[in-house]
Amino acid sequence: MSTILTILVALVVMGGIAWVLRFAGQQVTNGAPFFRDMSFGVSFGYVLGVVVLAWLAWGFMQSRSSDPAIANKFFFLGVAIKGFVIFSIAAWLFRLLGRTVGTDWTRKMFRQMPLTASFGILAIIVYAIFAIFAGAIAPYGQDEIIQGVAANIIPGGDPAMGGDPAFPLGTDQIGRDILSRLIYGAQNTVGIAFITTMLAFFLGGSLGFLAAVVGGWTDQILSRGVDVLMAIPSLIFALLLMTIASVWSSRLGIPLTVFMVLIIALIDSTRVFRLARAVGQNIVVMDYIEAAKLRGEGMGYLVFKEILPNATAPLLAEFGLRFCFVFLTIASLSFLGVGIQPPLADWGTMVRDLAAFINFAQFAPLAATAPLLAASAIALLTVAVNFVVDWMLHKTSGLKE
Amino acid sequence: MTDTLLKMRGVKLEGRSDETWNPIINGVDLTLAKGEVLGLIGESGAGKSTLGLAAMGFTRDGVRISEGSVEFDGIDLLKASAAVKRGLLGKRIAYVAQSAAASFNPAHRLMEQHVEGPTQHGVMSKAESEADGIELYRKLRLPDPESIGFRYPHQVSGGQLQRAMTAMAMSCRPDLIIFDEPTTALDVTTQIEVLASIRDIVEQFNTAAIYITHDLAVVAQMADRIKVLLKGDEVETADTRTMLSAPTQEYTKSLWAVRSFERPLKAPVIASAVPSVSVQNVDAAYGKVPVLHDVSFDMHEGRTVAVVGESGSGKSTTARCITGLLPPTSGQIAFNGEVMPADYRKRSKDQLRQVQMIYQMADTALNPRMSIGEIIARPVQFYMGLTGKQKRARVDKLLDQIELEPSEYYNRLPSELSGGQKQRIGIARALAAEPKFIICDEVTSALDQLVAEGILRLLARLQDTLGLSYMFITHDLATVRAIADEVVVMKDGRVVEAGPKAEMFKPPHHPYTDLLLSSVPEMDPDWLTNLLQERGVDNIGDAAVGKM
Repeated sequence: MSTILTILVALVVMGGIAWVLRFAGQQVTNGAPFFRDMSFGVSFGYVLGVVVLAWLAWGFMQSRSSDPAIANKFFFLGVAIKGFVIFSIAAWLFRLLGRTVGTDWTRKMFRQMPLTASFGILAIIVYAIFAIFAGAIAPYGQDEIIQGVAANIIPGGDPAMGGDPAFPLGTDQIGRDILSRLIYGAQNTVGIAFITTMLAFFLGGSLGFLAAVVGGWTDQILSRGVDVLMAIPSLIFALLLMTIASVWSSRLGIPLTVFMVLIIALIDSTRVFRLARAVGQNIVVMDYIEAAKLRGEGMGYLVFKEILPNATAPLLAEFGLRFCFVFLTIASLSFLGVGIQPPLADWGTMVRDLAAFINFAQFAPLAATAPLLAASAIALLTVAVNFVVDWMLHKTSGLKE
Repeated sequence: MTDTLLKMRGVKLEGRSDETWNPIINGVDLTLAKGEVLGLIGESGAGKSTLGLAAMGFTRDGVRISEGSVEFDGIDLLKASAAVKRGLLGKRIAYVAQSAAASFNPAHRLMEQHVEGPTQHGVMSKAESEADGIELYRKLRLPDPESIGFRYPHQVSGGQLQRAMTAMAMSCRPDLIIFDEPTTALDVTTQIEVLASIRDIVEQFNTAAIYITHDLAVVAQMADRIKVLLKGDEVETADTRTMLSAPTQEYTKSLWAVRSFERPLKAPVIASAVPSVSVQNVDAAYGKVPVLHDVSFDMHEGRTVAVVGESGSGKSTTARCITGLLPPTSGQIAFNGEVMPADYRKRSKDQLRQVQMIYQMADTALNPRMSIGEIIARPVQFYMGLTGKQKRARVDKLLDQIELEPSEYYNRLPSELSGGQKQRIGIARALAAEPKFIICDEVTSALDQLVAEGILRLLARLQDTLGLSYMFITHDLATVRAIADEVVVMKDGRVVEAGPKAEMFKPPHHPYTDLLLSSVPEMDPDWLTNLLQERGVDNIGDAAVGKM
């Protein structure tokens, strides 16, 4: 009750400050358009932003407190803020580097790049390095249960709080190093999600464009087929197919993961198909397509040379989203036991395995962060991919003007 | 008229591109008295529309007013608060956009959109405003004024929609209306109705107006005074009659002189010659709707056949039949006496090569993702099988032919070219196939007069050097005068009249040809008044319909 009251009072106070800020601004600047045309909502937004920033700064100071109980509570907020600031500076330096080194073309690209995009690119590069060189970077194996080490060592690496410097992110419920598993997880999860999304786009994109160009019966058959696939709830459908595939995989000796990639790609390609067909239909009516048809061009040329380059913007935006959904689908399938199989590290599985620790938040905040590690790895990658996609979208749509 | 309504002083506008601010208007003064109509003319890119919007204290995204003042009835619009401006715009200053079809909300009925302004501004109640709307529709000579307001925008024609938009602008009885090319997208016969209605209603309510257009003949009918803009600078301002009879600046004179391009007449066709393209008794339909009825005409080598008629008359459909995009339901198309397969998919590569098209909208006719070089090189490679250096040499030669410097334009994208240059690329792409016959579908109607003339001269020169024959689809009779050897007049999917140009422009005409010819605006400022009297009307809409 008192919490609600506090929040209400805080809101009212903030509203008052916002009103005073706007009024003072109008008086001091003698009615400059910035303050004159400012609505109350905007003014409130400024105040709210300042309050949130102040709270973050306060939390950061708390995490450096000498009292371990308090520092403990804000430990990961401190790490997150530090990480964010350091990474932003790194992104800025990365962009600076790109502006001075390289060919004219890349330098021009980096000059026009917003900071968010270079943040995203840098994050993706870091993920890629971890994924490719996982074996060399990770201190332990992904399925290595280290002898003589306790399970459930708390993240943080501070012995005073129950951590162990040898395992900076702690160990999981059967004593595997979480850091190593996170690094291997990049290899498994990101790699598989990326391949799956590419496959879904290749399949859905080319069929969608084909339906748009040819029209008529081809369009009807493809579109109605896709409708049928979309009518079945996707997770249940995936489960069904995975169950069938698990029988085949042992009979044919092909890893189940291959089937998983194909099945998720097929299900996701239906969404891509619809988008590609809609975008394609808008392009097909253009005169340059008519000119190409009248020239006698074949289907391949029409789809890949004339239509595809003009459809990249919406498809890229979809790619960013779809990539994240594929991630989550893989995590759900792993959770249900038919996705990436246990000894292999996978972020979705890791979140699930350690999920119970979230209940300790009130008593041992540090322990509760264990499942959040893998979750934030997913979150950061998702944000990074979308930053880059946004920028590419802006760049390609800007070209059209 | 000493009562000043709008006063713009030293207005400078800048637009943002490539991260810098570039000037669009370099300090223009503009004064408008109450009830006065000012014509604003210039080529595209001269800053007409930007200046028109600035008169409302408004700029598009990425444009800013960097200097100067805009004073409307004593209120400084640039310093006024958003609330004050909200009270003025729509109520005392209104705007009529070029494309009414794109400016109406397609999800609401006309009347719902009409009453929005008056009710929002508290000028009238909803019922009053609706009654007033019907009155305005009647004054603007819209058919069926009582019920047309209940239609959706897609259910009325382009000319009617443009008038409905003018009615909407009048709904609050504003002191100033800005018309931004309100008739550019319309046919000549429709244009007259809209022009007459606008002129009447502006006079009736003593509204001041800024009339933006690139068509000199139109502005001559509408404006009391004319201001000529060139690349953001004012060239001159004068009374309409003075301006037309005695322009002082070179640029203005050149604008006036544009309409003089005309090719010498060619000797009549030898009766026995085999036509390069012959359309024989063609009927065509979209689905079950018949569009063409028994269309026949011939086109001979080295000559231009102009096909004229208003939109919906079947000009472009005939072209689609010739190219094979729309196989005729009966009748046939022959090239050099040889009958072509009706469907383009059944034609051989060489047969496809012989017919090329140049499109009206160069924007949609060129793939925005391909460089100019790639666009022109594709047919060269596809039909001639040239690759590498030979291909490059051929593309360079084609670029030379269309008077663009190859080294400069080869790697550019279409978006980096002006409208006229894009149209030239379209011509080069058609030429790359080395055809004998080219269909030009309204190739100049989206261009400024000076640029359009350049394109017409280029086409004429190419015809003389390469012996091409053109089918020239247009609704602009000035263009027909300039370039045609023979004329085919179409209406409702039928050929109404056909013959050599010299005969077509001499009476007696088919009544429809007569209507078309008389509807082309002339530079004489009394032309519209005289024409309306001649047609015996105060209701010009009916007159036009009746004569058809």
